[in-house]
Amino acid sequence: MTPPTAPQGAAPSEGPQPVPATLPVTLTVNGQERTLELDPRVSLLDTLREHLHLTGTKKGCDHGQCGACTVLLDGQRVLSCLTLAVMHDGQAVTTIEGLGTPDDLHPLQDAFIRHDGYQCGYCTPGQLCSSVGTLDEIARGVPSHVTADLDDVRFSADELRERLSGNLCRCAAYPNIIAAVSEVHASQNGASQNGTAQPGAAQNGVGQ
Amino acid sequence: MKFDQPATTNPIDQERVVTRPHTRIEGPLKVTGQAPYAYEYRLPEAPTYGFVLGAGVARGRITAIDTAAAEAAPGVLLVLTHENMPAQGASDTPVPQQEDASPQLAGPEIRHYHQAVAFVVAETFEQARAAAHLIRVTYDVTPGQFTLADTLEEGKEPDDAADSVVGDFEEAFGAAAVTVDLTYTTPDQSQAPMEPHATIAHWEGEELTVHTAHQVVHWVKRGLAMTLKVPQKNVRVISAYVGGGFGTKLLFFSDAVLSAAAARVLGRPVKTALQRPLIFNNTSHRAATIQRVRLGADHAGNLSAVGHDTWTGNLPGGDSEPACEQTKYLYAGPNRQIRTRQSELDLPPGASMRAPGEAVGMLAIEGAMDELAEKLGVDPVELRLMNDVQFDPEKGPKRPFSSRKLAQALRTGARAFGWDGRPRTPRERQEGEWLIGYGVASAFRTNLVKPSGATVRLEPGGTLTVETQMTDIGTGSYTILGQVAAEMLGLTLEQVQVRLGDSEYPASSGSGGSWGANSASAGVYAACDALRRDLAKQAGYPYADAVFRSGKVWQGAECTELSELAGKEGVSATGSMTYGDLDEQFAQAGFGAHFVEVRVNAHTAEIRVNRALSVVGAGRILNPVTARSQCLGGMTMGIGSALMEELHVDHDLGLFVNHDLGEYHVPVHADIPDMDVIFLDELDDASSPLRAKGLGELGISGVGAAVANAVYNATGVRVRDFPITLDKILAGWDD
Amino acid sequence: MRAFTYERAATPQAAAGATLAEGAKFIAGGTNLLDLMKLDIERPAHLVDINRLELNAVTDTADGGLHVGALVTNTDLASHPRVRADYAVLSRAIVAGASGQIRNKATTGGNLLQRARCPYFYDTNLPCNKREPGSGCAALTGLSRPLAVIGTSDACIAQHPSDMAVALRVLDATVNTLKADGTERTLALDDFYRLPGDTPHLETTLEAGELITGVTLPPPPGGTHVYRKVRDRASYAFALVSVAAILNGRESRFAFGGVAPRPWRDPAAEKAAADAGPVARARAVIDAAFADARPTEQNAFKVPLLRRTLSAVLEEHSTTGGQK
Repeated sequence: MTPPTAPQGAAPSEGPQPVPATLPVTLTVNGQERTLELDPRVSLLDTLREHLHLTGTKKGCDHGQCGACTVLLDGQRVLSCLTLAVMHDGQAVTTIEGLGTPDDLHPLQDAFIRHDGYQCGYCTPGQLCSSVGTLDEIARGVPSHVTADLDDVRFSADELRERLSGNLCRCAAYPNIIAAVSEVHASQNGASQNGTAQPGAAQNGVGQ
Repeated sequence: MKFDQPATTNPIDQERVVTRPHTRIEGPLKVTGQAPYAYEYRLPEAPTYGFVLGAGVARGRITAIDTAAAEAAPGVLLVLTHENMPAQGASDTPVPQQEDASPQLAGPEIRHYHQAVAFVVAETFEQARAAAHLIRVTYDVTPGQFTLADTLEEGKEPDDAADSVVGDFEEAFGAAAVTVDLTYTTPDQSQAPMEPHATIAHWEGEELTVHTAHQVVHWVKRGLAMTLKVPQKNVRVISAYVGGGFGTKLLFFSDAVLSAAAARVLGRPVKTALQRPLIFNNTSHRAATIQRVRLGADHAGNLSAVGHDTWTGNLPGGDSEPACEQTKYLYAGPNRQIRTRQSELDLPPGASMRAPGEAVGMLAIEGAMDELAEKLGVDPVELRLMNDVQFDPEKGPKRPFSSRKLAQALRTGARAFGWDGRPRTPRERQEGEWLIGYGVASAFRTNLVKPSGATVRLEPGGTLTVETQMTDIGTGSYTILGQVAAEMLGLTLEQVQVRLGDSEYPASSGSGGSWGANSASAGVYAACDALRRDLAKQAGYPYADAVFRSGKVWQGAECTELSELAGKEGVSATGSMTYGDLDEQFAQAGFGAHFVEVRVNAHTAEIRVNRALSVVGAGRILNPVTARSQCLGGMTMGIGSALMEELHVDHDLGLFVNHDLGEYHVPVHADIPDMDVIFLDELDDASSPLRAKGLGELGISGVGAAVANAVYNATGVRVRDFPITLDKILAGWDD
Repeated sequence: MRAFTYERAATPQAAAGATLAEGAKFIAGGTNLLDLMKLDIERPAHLVDINRLELNAVTDTADGGLHVGALVTNTDLASHPRVRADYAVLSRAIVAGASGQIRNKATTGGNLLQRARCPYFYDTNLPCNKREPGSGCAALTGLSRPLAVIGTSDACIAQHPSDMAVALRVLDATVNTLKADGTERTLALDDFYRLPGDTPHLETTLEAGELITGVTLPPPPGGTHVYRKVRDRASYAFALVSVAAILNGRESRFAFGGVAPRPWRDPAAEKAAADAGPVARARAVIDAAFADARPTEQNAFKVPLLRRTLSAVLEEHSTTGGQK
C-alpha cells in the first residue's frame, strides 16, 4: 500500500452547502417543557449542552463508543450523541440535572459519593443515568448477555458489570460503581426479595 | 519553605483529618453534573465554535490548501491555515512542549498524521464541522519511517535515560549458572481520558483567558504565552475540573493554541473540543518499546547479572519511553547494564502516559523474573525476596532507599491472596471450560516531588480557604488539600473550602508523575505554616507552644478563637515548598506487589481476570478513599495494557489506524472484577513533611506482568508481545 | 455532517417515495448513520425519519412464525416473550451486541443495514473501496486482524458487524420490504446481502427508496439455541468470531459471525460428521464451510478459533440439557 496521492477533502464541484432550515422542537427536559428552533443536525447531546446549557451530560466521544452522554429518553437510557433532537419532538428527556441536586441527591448519586464511584467525574453523569436505566431494565426482566435463564432475570453484580459496560471509565472506578449501584438496588428491594423481576416492580427512581 | 532535612514531628502527625477516609468534597457537584469542565463555562458573550482538521498523510508537505468552499459555507467566521496563521513562537521540534512554544499551523510541513492543517470557526458547532470537511488539501507525500523494529541500529542514548553500567555485565551473564535472555515488545498506547482535550479562549483587550483541560496550570500558561507571543502576565488559565489526564494533558495542543489565536482574530470567544477520532494521532501517546532482558543468577537465585535494554522511537526532539529505568533500582546484582536507545520515527508524538517507563518496563523485567524463577524451580515470590536490596544497586550503600517495603508487600500479599494455594505448574487447574492461573509481580514507581505553592486565608467567621493552581484530574486533590489545611489549622474538613486550577493562585506542582498529592500538600503545608505563625503571633503565643485545635489556637489551657483572630478582613498567608537534595541522598520510590488470578478459556483462549490484589507501600496514605481509587484505576489500566490496549500502526501509511474508542479497547466494567488494595503502614521522612510518596502510578506499574505471569500459569504459553490477545495464546497451543 | 433537509414520514409508502431521490436516506435509530455522518462518510442531503411509522409490532404469523416490525428496538426484540421462548438464539445474539443504551435505540431494520467497522472505512483520508470506489483497500496490507476471512474479494475484506443478523441467518429469517412503487418483496438474507466482489460499496440488494418493513421468522425450529461470541474484551466489542447454533442432533444448524461480509452459513457443511463427537464434528463442519477461506496473516487465527468455538458449543450442549 502506498500513501494516497489524491487530495484530502471534498471535490470542489460539490460547492457550497445549502443553508438548512431550522425546525421547531419541543422537548420535556427534566419535567420542564422547552421549545427550541434547531438546525436538524444538532444532536440531542448538543441540544442539552449548547442550547439548554445543561452541561451535566458529557461529550466523551460523540460516536456512541463511551456512554458519557447517556440520558433517559421517555424513561429509557439512550446515547444522546447518536440521535438528533428533531427526531424527539414531544418526548421527555431526563438528564443528570433531573436526577437530583447537591442538596437533594438521588439515592444513586449519594451512593456514588459514599463508595467513591468516580474519580475525574467526567463519565459520572452517564454512569448514573445508565444505572437508573439498568435497574429499571432488570426490574422489567430485560435479559442481558450474562443472564443464565432468559425468563428469569435476576440482579447480580455480574449483571451490572455487563449492563454498564457501555459506560467507559478510564479512571476505572468500576468496582466502586458496582458497589454503589448494588447497595441502592438492595435498599430499594429489601432483604426479603431474591432479586427476581416482579411485574410492575420497576424502580425508575427518576424525579421528574 | 525548603525541605532539605528529613521530616521531624509536625502537625500532620496528629492524623485527625489527614489519613481519614473522607469522601470527595467536590463529590456532590460531580454526581449532579454541576462541576464545570473546560468546555462548559458560559461567558457573557455567545461563543463561536472551532473545529480542527487533521492532516490526511503522515509525512510530507502541503502543496495547496483550498478553503474557499469552507469560507463560503454558512456560519463560517474564520478559516485558519498555515497561510494566514498569526505569528507564533518557534519550536525546533514537532513535539508539543510542556511549557514552551508549541506552534500550530506553523508551516506547510506535515510531521505526523492528523497534525492540525486547518481550523474552522463558525457560529455553531455543526457549521464548523461541516465546513471543515469542505477544505481540500493537496500534499506532496514524503516516505517516512513508521516501524520501530527497522530502526534498532540507529538508536541513540537519550538525555532523559542515561546508561547505567556497573561491573562487567557480559562476563557475569556469560558465567552465570542460570540465565534468561528474553525479548518483549509493547505497543503504542493511548491515554484516552474520558474528557477530550478542550478549550474556551477569550480576550479582553490584550488579556487572554483560557478555560482548558490541563494537568499543570503554570506550564500551559507559559507555553501559550510563548506560542502566542504575549507576556505571561496577560494569560489566565482556568482548569478547575479536568476529566482525566493520564499524561496527555501535561501538554497543550491545537484546541488551546488555535482557539486562542482565532479568538484574538475574531474578537469573540472560541470554544473547541478535539473530536475523539482526532485525539489518538493528533495528541500524545505512549510510544512502543522493544525490550531485551537478560538475567543471570546462581543456582539459588541470587542475581549476578542484570541487563535490560530498551529500544524506542519518537519524532526528533521528543522524550524517550524509558522502559528500563526501574531496573536500575528494583533488584540487587553486582553486574548491571541498563540502556535505552531512541530512534527517530514519523509517527505521532510520544510523551507521558501514566507511569512513563515503569508501566511497560515492568512488563518485561517482571516477566523475566517469572521465567527465571521457573527455570530455577523457586517460588517467584521467594526469588524477588532473595534479590531485595535496601540501597540503590548502582550507587551502593551510600545511597539508601528512603523507605522500601517490597519484601513486606510481597509477604503480606502472598498471605492475603492465598499464594500458597496457587497452581504450581501450567495448566494444572481447570474449572469447567476455564483454566485458572495465578501470577505475581513487584510494583515499583519512582517517587518525584515538585515545588508547589498555595495561599490560605482564614476567613471572617473562622473558616479557611485554600487557593492553589493545583489541579484535580480525579486524583482527589480537592479533598486531600482540604484535609491537610484542616489538620494544620485545627479545623474540620467541612470548615475548609478549596479552590484549584486557576493561574491567579500560587503556582503548583500540578498533577503528573504521581507527584501531585504529596507536592501540592507540601505547598499547602508551607502556606499553613506561615499562617499559623501569623496567628500565633497575633494571639501572643510563642509559636513553639501554639497548638491549633477545635477552631482555636491554644497555649496550654489558654486559647483564642480563630474567628476572633480572623477579624473582619480575614488573615491570609502564602507559602511554597521547595526541595533540597534529599532525592540525591536517598533513592526514593514507591514499592508494592501485585497478585492476580486469571481464567483462560480452554477452547477459545479468552482471558478474564478473576481477582487482583495490590499491596502498596507509598508512605503516608493521605486519604485512603481516594488512594484506593487511584490504585484500582492504575490496576485497571495495567490490566488493559496486558490484555487489550494497542494502537495499531499502519506501517505503510504511518498512522494509528484504530483511532476511536470503539477499536482502541480500554477495559469496560465487565473486564474488571472486584479488586483489593492493602496499604502498608509506612512513613517516608525524606520525601516531604507529609511523609507521603507518589501513589497514582504504582497501581499500573507491575500489574500487567502479574496478569501475564498468571496467563502463563493458566495456559503454559508465554506471550512476550503485548497485549496478550487470544490469538497469541492459540498460536502457542498445538492444534 | 453536511447540511440536510429533514422530514418525518407519515406512512411507509410515503417514506419509500420520499427516499427515491438522490441522496435521500431513511433514519430510524440513527446509531450507525449519525456516527458515519459526523465523520463525513455518509452525506445524505435529505433524511426521512421513519421512527413514527407503525412498524414496531411483533406479531404471530399464520404458520406459527413471527413477524418483527422493522422499528422494533433491539431491546424489545430480545425481551419479547415469544422470542425468548422460541427463538432464543436471537435474544442471545442481540444482547451480545453493542450496549444497553444502543440496543434501546437501534432497530431491527437498522441493525441489518449497519455498515462495516473496518478502520479504513472509518477514516475518509484512507483508501477504501467500500467508501470511495476505486481508491483501493488499505486493509489488505494494513490492519486486517478484525476483518473477514471468507466471502471477501481483492477489493474489500470488511466483515459484517451484526450479531443479530447471524442469529436471523441460522433461523432462516426473511426480510420484508416495500418499494416506492408499492410492491413488496421478501428476501432471504443471502439474497438481501451482496458479497463485495468488485463493488463493495453496494452492500444489499435494496433498491432506491426500498424500505425494510420487517423480518419474518419461520415457525419455531425447536432445538437448543446458542449464541457464542468471542471478542477482545468481555463486553462492548465487535465479534472476532461468533457462532449462532440451533442444536438438534443431526439436523443442527450453524451460522457464523465476524468472519464474512455477511452472516455466514453453509447448510451443506452442517451435515458433516454429524454423528461424530464435538471436536471432530466441529472440525469437519468448519473445514467444509471454510474450505474457501482466504484469511490474511493477521486474521488466519479466526478459522481455528471458529472451530474451537463451535467445538465448545457442541461440547457444552452435548452433556447438558441446553440453555434457552
